[in-house]
Amino acid sequence: MNAELSERELISALATGDVAPEGLAAALAFASPEAPAERGAGSAPVLAPPPRGNSDLLEVAMGPHHPSTHGVFRMDVTLDGERVVRLKPVFGYLHRNHEKIAEQTSYLGSMPYTDRLDYFCSLTNNWAYALAVERLAGLAVPERAEYIRVITAELTRLLNHSCLIGFLTHDMGTMGTPLMYAFREREKILDLFEALTGSRMMCNYMRFGGCRAELPPGWLEQTRSLVDEFPRFLDEFENLLSTNEILLARTQGVGVLTRELAVNAGVTGPMTRASGVNYDIRKVDNYGIYGRFPFRVPLGEHGDVYDRYMVRALEMRESIGILHQALRDIPAGPVIDPKAKLRGFRPKPGEAYGRIEAPKGELGFYLISDGSPNPYRYRVRPPSLINLTILEDMCLGHTVADVVVILGAVDIVLGEVDR
Amino acid sequence: MNPPPGLGIVKGLVETARNFVGSFHDPARLTTVQYPDERLPAKENARNFPFLVYDGPDSEKGLRCVACKICEKECPPQCIYIILERDANGKPQKHPRVFDLDISVCMSCQICVEVCPFDAIKMDTDYELSRSDRFGGLLLTKAELAKPNDYYRRIHPTEAQEVDARLEEERARAQAKAKPPAAAAKPAAPAQPAPA
Amino acid sequence: MESLEQIKSWAEAAVPGAGLAIVPNPSPANQPSLLIDPAHAPAVARFLRDDPRLRFDYASNVTGVDWLDTAVKEKVRVKHVLDGVEKEIEETHERKVPGFLEAVYHLYSMALRRGPLVLRQRTGNRLDRVRVASLTPVWRSAEFQEREIYDLYGIVFDGHPDLRRILMWDEFQDHPMRKDYVEPDDYEYEPTPHDEVLAKARRHYPVEAGAA
Repeated sequence: MNAELSERELISALATGDVAPEGLAAALAFASPEAPAERGAGSAPVLAPPPRGNSDLLEVAMGPHHPSTHGVFRMDVTLDGERVVRLKPVFGYLHRNHEKIAEQTSYLGSMPYTDRLDYFCSLTNNWAYALAVERLAGLAVPERAEYIRVITAELTRLLNHSCLIGFLTHDMGTMGTPLMYAFREREKILDLFEALTGSRMMCNYMRFGGCRAELPPGWLEQTRSLVDEFPRFLDEFENLLSTNEILLARTQGVGVLTRELAVNAGVTGPMTRASGVNYDIRKVDNYGIYGRFPFRVPLGEHGDVYDRYMVRALEMRESIGILHQALRDIPAGPVIDPKAKLRGFRPKPGEAYGRIEAPKGELGFYLISDGSPNPYRYRVRPPSLINLTILEDMCLGHTVADVVVILGAVDIVLGEVDR
Repeated sequence: MNPPPGLGIVKGLVETARNFVGSFHDPARLTTVQYPDERLPAKENARNFPFLVYDGPDSEKGLRCVACKICEKECPPQCIYIILERDANGKPQKHPRVFDLDISVCMSCQICVEVCPFDAIKMDTDYELSRSDRFGGLLLTKAELAKPNDYYRRIHPTEAQEVDARLEEERARAQAKAKPPAAAAKPAAPAQPAPA
Repeated sequence: MESLEQIKSWAEAAVPGAGLAIVPNPSPANQPSLLIDPAHAPAVARFLRDDPRLRFDYASNVTGVDWLDTAVKEKVRVKHVLDGVEKEIEETHERKVPGFLEAVYHLYSMALRRGPLVLRQRTGNRLDRVRVASLTPVWRSAEFQEREIYDLYGIVFDGHPDLRRILMWDEFQDHPMRKDYVEPDDYEYEPTPHDEVLAKARRHYPVEAGAA
């Protein structure tokens, strides 16, 4: 790359691949099968019509106003009696155009918007975005900030998994009892977040090069006491649920996902680990300082809803192990890189993809910078959306009641699916 | 050795019973706070919407804001609207004539507080902000936003202490810089006018 | 992981006639990408997924990017006839670089724990030649993401099993994420407090010349 090219020309060169060999120009000239001239750019290809005329099949729209669809989410289900024959998920009701807003906002200004993607777990969203920007700009993060990031991420994982199990069982008809127990623990963790970041849910705490503020005095002790008491709550929870015959009957053998399909469909997170795929981005990418904390990755065998529930319950115990170690070893020091700039942050032109193991799966951010204070392209890779790809495959042949349970175990949050 | 059927449900019911009975005497089980008769104490770092800080008794003269418009520019949803004060000749004064903040748009992200170079805007913790007018009532003007430094000390004591110490230090440094030039000019020729 | 040049040479050997090129990435992230031509894209993708040395079985992210038409200034030596004498003068010419739409794929290997490998497919232009090959038959995870790119950018993916709008409603026209998208005037506009309040504020406080 010629170092004297201006930024604009660099972007042009990046865009056109001006370092291409001669063969490429010829190849691109007749590369794509040309469309006939009358097709405009915006016309949709014709979709095969759904099977109609068969009056035995019933088409039901589950949602968007539905107590069990985890947000404004619709599923067009075609039923043969009670069995599902076809299921098409429809979303977009919560589309807020986050990606286009980010093209007009500075990098720092997009950070509060990332809180609102997976609004249940705002700190992991912040970390994923900060990681992508730090990769793009080549920033280093001090030790103490890395420890704080790990602590807050594992606390977020605890509250996400416990509330997910609560919601799943609520969908199954427990009318809120495990959900309220989970929310009691969630409230304690949210109190910690409020003391640390100022806000319970929309934390806006990570910055490029570290964290926004130092830990308040006494925060580490409060966290330690919470982490010491959490296994007691987990024991209660498992006592309540794991051997419950109704839960076993409703979740075992339901919504089976094979390992090959899980990998090919890009499913990540506890869903794929329940199908036996050993892929945890904390172990694979070793981002942050996760290499220092030995922890186990629970894997399921059958890939059904019960395995997803057990994988999440076991992951919570592993998270507590990580938290113990991190709280014990956290060093003193600055929480943000002293050279990090708040205002006037202009990374050099280029692109980067950064991803973390969010509680729901792989959350990735893809950023293209053209040297200006705003990103040229800002893309969120949402785990909930990709995990929905195989919803239809998992639900075929099951009853309507099972569809609700399967959707509950996929763990979607519409803020992430629609952005 | 298979457990007897129904044992799982019985174990679950035992847990529920423990929580039910415990809620009568164990404070950890009963977590309801009867608002508005009881209120949870706010955490020190909690933030809701911003407010402007003024030093001293006069909310106009003591306002720390100099209308530099950095917060207006950095605010992600663009909820701040500032007009600079100018005197009769059009010369800019370091004071805002208008400082409007639309709290129906504000998302409490605290970026305005982080970028303000003069510690003029800080986060309030007041959340009981109901209005009866949805549009105009949620637009806070400078008069409603300006609150004294004592209020800031009350809601965020640690932060306020740190900010006060820093501002004191800056004032002392500025005064020290202003004194030596005045002292150095005096021994010089008396015909020269002393610098102001 | 092997370097991108090595992977490119393997792919060219396995899929004859494929036009591949490396697009460099100047940022510190060190993630250069491989540009593939849409005619051979499914074959190259299948090679990348099935070859035992590579095993890129997981397509993590599929992104659409809109590159507008740009102009690049170049200094060109042009022969001019001046006073009967042919001279070579250096002139600055503006070369129009046509814009295009792009689909960027991030591939990882779950089997061999490596990645990312970045693939790019480009359309001919932004107006009528917007068809590229769909990689959904190779990686099922591209299904919803390619639909989203079709919805928001307008790239048509040949071979996609179910290409229709995903985030916007079915009757929506135009493609919102394009850089030159303009919201229609008669869009369902609801006066937000912010706009009405801003307008009221501007009426109350008249802006002087050069102020605000």
